[in-house]
Amino acid sequence: MAAAALTMGPVLFNWKPEVWRDFYYRIADESCVDTVYIGEVVCAKRTPYFEPYFPGVLARLRTAGKAVVFSTLAEVMVKRERALTEIACGFEDVPVEANDASALYHLRGRPHRIGPYVNTYNESTLGFLAARGAVHFALPPELPRVSLEVLAECAAGLDVALEVSVFGRIPLALSARCYHARAHGRVKDNCQFVCEEDPDGMDLHTLQGEPFLAINGIQTLSHTCLNLMHELADMQRMGIPAFRLSPHSGDMVEAAKLFRGVLDGELSPSEATARLAGASPGGPESRPGPRLPFSNGFYHGREGYKWLAPGA
Amino acid sequence: MQRDPARPDLVCPAGTPAGLRTAVDAGADAVYCGFRNATNARNFPGLNFTAAELGPSIDYAHDRGVKVLLAVNTFPPAGHTDLWHSAVDDGIALGVDAFIVADMGVAGYIADRYPEQRMHLSVQAGAPSAEAIRFYCEEFGVKRVVLPRILTVPEIRALGDEINCELETFVFGNHGLMAEGRCSLTNFVTGFSTNMDGVCSPASHVRYDEDPQRNLTTRLGPFTIDCFACGENAGYPTICKGRYRAPGHPDGYYAFEEPLSLNLASMLPELIKAGVHALKIEGRQRSRAYVHAVVAAWRRAVDDVMAGGEVDVDGLLSLTEGQKQSQGAYAGKRWR
Repeated sequence: MAAAALTMGPVLFNWKPEVWRDFYYRIADESCVDTVYIGEVVCAKRTPYFEPYFPGVLARLRTAGKAVVFSTLAEVMVKRERALTEIACGFEDVPVEANDASALYHLRGRPHRIGPYVNTYNESTLGFLAARGAVHFALPPELPRVSLEVLAECAAGLDVALEVSVFGRIPLALSARCYHARAHGRVKDNCQFVCEEDPDGMDLHTLQGEPFLAINGIQTLSHTCLNLMHELADMQRMGIPAFRLSPHSGDMVEAAKLFRGVLDGELSPSEATARLAGASPGGPESRPGPRLPFSNGFYHGREGYKWLAPGA
Repeated sequence: MQRDPARPDLVCPAGTPAGLRTAVDAGADAVYCGFRNATNARNFPGLNFTAAELGPSIDYAHDRGVKVLLAVNTFPPAGHTDLWHSAVDDGIALGVDAFIVADMGVAGYIADRYPEQRMHLSVQAGAPSAEAIRFYCEEFGVKRVVLPRILTVPEIRALGDEINCELETFVFGNHGLMAEGRCSLTNFVTGFSTNMDGVCSPASHVRYDEDPQRNLTTRLGPFTIDCFACGENAGYPTICKGRYRAPGHPDGYYAFEEPLSLNLASMLPELIKAGVHALKIEGRQRSRAYVHAVVAAWRRAVDDVMAGGEVDVDGLLSLTEGQKQSQGAYAGKRWR
């Protein structure tokens, strides 16, 4: 069995373009991840700000030996979104990860990847998409382990790869409405990019003050931070070959190192989890305030917000 | 698919056999329903059909010239696809007029096994662009797409010009805010998935707590979704219709949407001109009295518009949730 690959998912949040660029430069220069996804997944309005930096980021990542994949928009509806998706699907020098059916329309018939926003829930869908050229599937985060196990066996038979998200706030929903704009009394068309104020999303608390969700433009994420450190060995046994970290403002180079350590058997999941707390968004080194609690409920077929202690 | 404005089909909810007969009698052109299990997106207790119930219900509808559409529109989790395949096989044996599907695996099963069977693309498939719709049409022979409630009427018209597929739009009922088929909020809170189990904010996880001042707190799982002062009309705790706190909103606000009902009655002439082939009324979980009133009112509205008359919207307004209605995204881009 080949060594498990660690991947860095696309930045979901609206980071300042220079911050975005420097993040990828640092991932290129210092991190141990094998594959890096770039491309705007959440909001087409953000892309013009990042485009000037794409060539430099791509070159830097490649020079560092990283495989680079371009992720397409998760929601494609209006002209601008359709055009951006078609352009991305036409890239010949970068593999493309499809995040909606319009990307599948452009990509079918040649090798491509399937992103977590495409609903690959079962072996029939996996087989159907593989027959149309999909070679690598990042799975939806709500799939429980029992389904991952079936899909892993099926993927081996089809000679396609699976990827499971193991770190970061969990994408839970998409909408046509921008909730960041709404929170600021605006609408999507005149949003003035207020989402850039929240590098890890805008926290939503219940009326009784409990942290609950996070808003990122049209996307809703968990308040909690997914952490499948304790489940890595189980997934490696299933033959799942790739594990995704979702970028946050915390120290992602350190987070990658900790996951790598567990994958390689050099760190215990418990020790890595304890150290990960310092590298996580909201951790003491990245910004003040309480750190985000970890969760792993979806993997165990439970409520996604829950953290089920190992052995429990 | 360009066409002259024609009479659109009124597609109505059938939550139970009695509800189906009610919708048929009130003037539906087609009814949609599901089996009593996870294969459809309204898997609520006390709702839906067994195979034994669906047969006579289909006969009742067909005898009156009404079509029956079977929703098999959830996403089977790996290892459990048999239940979805059985639903399709049963639907074929019973003679449903079309399946409403979302999962590519389920669509592929129907296209392979029953290539002559008519298929509609569920709103749960989340296909709002011409390319996405073409993908499903070309790969599976889908004949109609149920559009997400996120397009304006001019966008719907433009979309219709670009595809070779019928369009169905929601016109009345619950106004979901999240892109259908792509929402795990309920699973995050309750451990039951909208996509895999067909549930959204399940009643089993809902709590209403009243304090001594008779203020009401509504919860889903452990999370507070809203609070209501004594006498306020308390809504059902659906996550995307709750009130939350955020920076700049210390007292809470409807972060996603206020609890409104969709009502496009006043836009009906525009929708017909835009070439929409079918108008969908949400509400399989609603009472027979509600279904009868809404279907009958929409029957009159469609017939009046086709006869060149005006739509009487007042009767429908009283049926909307909390008496508040919205045209949602359909009326313009400022909704987004």
